[in-house]
Amino acid sequence: MKNTVNDRPLRVVIAKAGLDGHDRGAKVIARALRDAGMEVVYTGLFQTPEQIVQTAIQEDADGIGLSILSGAHMTLFPLVVEQLRAQDAGDIVFFGGGTIPAEDAQQLRELGVREIFTPGAPLQDIIDFVRRECGKRRALVG
Amino acid sequence: MKSQASDAELLRDFDRGSQRALARAISRAESGRGGELVRALYPKTGRAMTIGLTGPPGVGKSTLASGLVRKARALRRSVGVVSVDPSSPFSHGALLGDRIRLNEHFTDERVFIRSMASRGHLGGLAGATGDAVLMMDAFGLDVVLIETVGVGQSEVAIAELAQTTLVALQPGSGDSIQVLKAGIMEIADVFVVNKADHPMANQLRREIRSMMEMLQWPGWVPELVTTQALAGDGIDDLWAAVERHVAYLNETGEIEQRRREAFIHQVRQLALGQLERRLDHALREDARDDVDPYEAADRILSSF
Ligand code: B12
Ligand SMILES: Nc1nc2c(ncn2[C@@H]2O[C@H](COP(=O)(O)OP(=O)(O)OP(=O)(O)O)[C@@H](O)[C@H]2O)c(=O)[nH]1
Ligand SMILES: [Mg+2]
Repeated sequence: MKNTVNDRPLRVVIAKAGLDGHDRGAKVIARALRDAGMEVVYTGLFQTPEQIVQTAIQEDADGIGLSILSGAHMTLFPLVVEQLRAQDAGDIVFFGGGTIPAEDAQQLRELGVREIFTPGAPLQDIIDFVRRECGKRRALVG
Repeated sequence: MKSQASDAELLRDFDRGSQRALARAISRAESGRGGELVRALYPKTGRAMTIGLTGPPGVGKSTLASGLVRKARALRRSVGVVSVDPSSPFSHGALLGDRIRLNEHFTDERVFIRSMASRGHLGGLAGATGDAVLMMDAFGLDVVLIETVGVGQSEVAIAELAQTTLVALQPGSGDSIQVLKAGIMEIADVFVVNKADHPMANQLRREIRSMMEMLQWPGWVPELVTTQALAGDGIDDLWAAVERHVAYLNETGEIEQRRREAFIHQVRQLALGQLERRLDHALREDARDDVDPYEAADRILSSF
């Protein structure tokens, strides 16, 4: 985890979308990723899919992590996937978490969400996932 | 741009106005690989109005930035924002939260916002902040706002980088008084008393005035503006003060001096970075410890 200019830390956007005010989980994840040596951009609450994707592009983020506990995950996750495609930003690793039933999570994975983490997911698993997947994106894109 | 783009490809997309290309270019600068890009883009720089925003943590810098972006957009100018937050000295990670206050501008195509971690860099900026400002300037953004980390007392690099430096302070805060007492006082082109809704706002204004009376101002005398950034109050006044300062710089020719300072700032950053790398290398190579530290330092320096 040496911090020289040439190995830039991974950059991840952590986002909250829609009318969902549950921000505890998003903040826990943001802090865990920071403590694992990553640069985490937090968007704040109530973002639209457009805002989230635009943020990730300007920040040159390696990944977007979306947190949803409102029940609106089957609407919002697909909208972000669509936005990423529309902006030709499919290289950005899109993942997320929240109160999402297993069958919905499976469907979202099929739609192109890389991984979904639900309540109780160990932080270390999340860190390992982000390091691995975002690391691949970084290696590809530079 | 799915796989690693060459500098030439990146520049081509940059010239077409691709925000992704600008974003990638800034990342390249952050990795210490932005040299060729800056070289190619440098002739296109020098057009943007650059405004620095500094002040203690939580004073409202990002909220003020958002207000200034709104104002600039109302005047149909495009805007870039670079916001610097501190990196953790332990994990080297960072939580970049300045964007939260700027979210009304996220989907405005003529606003480009970039968060930056300081990465151990001192002075309130990051090592690549200067490059990011040049790149935004070359991209054609009319106004570039630079928000420093929440500073204590001695971080004055922003004054070298920006044409106009705003120092934000808030009423009822010991931090703000400390800032006033220290060197930050001297870098302000405009003082901003934010959180005017606070009952002690007037007292802070008086305090700033009396501090100012103790100093000599041979040229520009800093203006004092009161704002309530959260409500958008005072932003018009603030913008007007910035424009007066820019007009002053242009009329007196001081603008050239500021540009030169920004240039020197950047050259120093680059030279320091390279020197540091050479020094680290020399220190690793020259492991002799049979001389005193002064002798050893002299010997290494004379080998450069
Ligand atoms: C605390 C809480 C609140 C707090 C929120 C405080 C805050 N600022 O966050 C308060 C009291 C405000 C609240 C309000 C409401 N709540 Co509530 N709340 C909860 C509760 C009990 C715990 C959530 C929590 O903070 N967990 C702790 C964090 C750390 O866990 P987490 O967010 O799940 O995150 C973990 C994983 O999910 C995952 N993860 C989450 N996000 C992300 C993101 C990424 C990128 C990754 C990788 C992983 C990841 O990793 C984390 C670590 O394992 C849940 C019940 C539950 N079992 O989840 C209900 C719950 C979420 N709330 C619920 C409801 C209905 C509401 C209200 C609508 C209630 C009402 N009628 O007023 C309001 C809505 C508020 C709003 N504006 O959105 C429902 C949602 C139902 C649904 N999904 O359809 C739940 C599920 C309770 C229930 N069983 O009915 N709530
Ligand atoms: N009461 C009041 N609060 C304000 C005003 N302007 C900003 N704030 C609040 O002050 C807090 C900090 O604002 P920011 O804009 O994030 O401050 P900052 O200086 O950018 O903070 P750092 O980047 O963390 O140093 C937020 O909760 C704002 O809502 C104001 O005029 N009045
Ligand atoms: Mg801020």
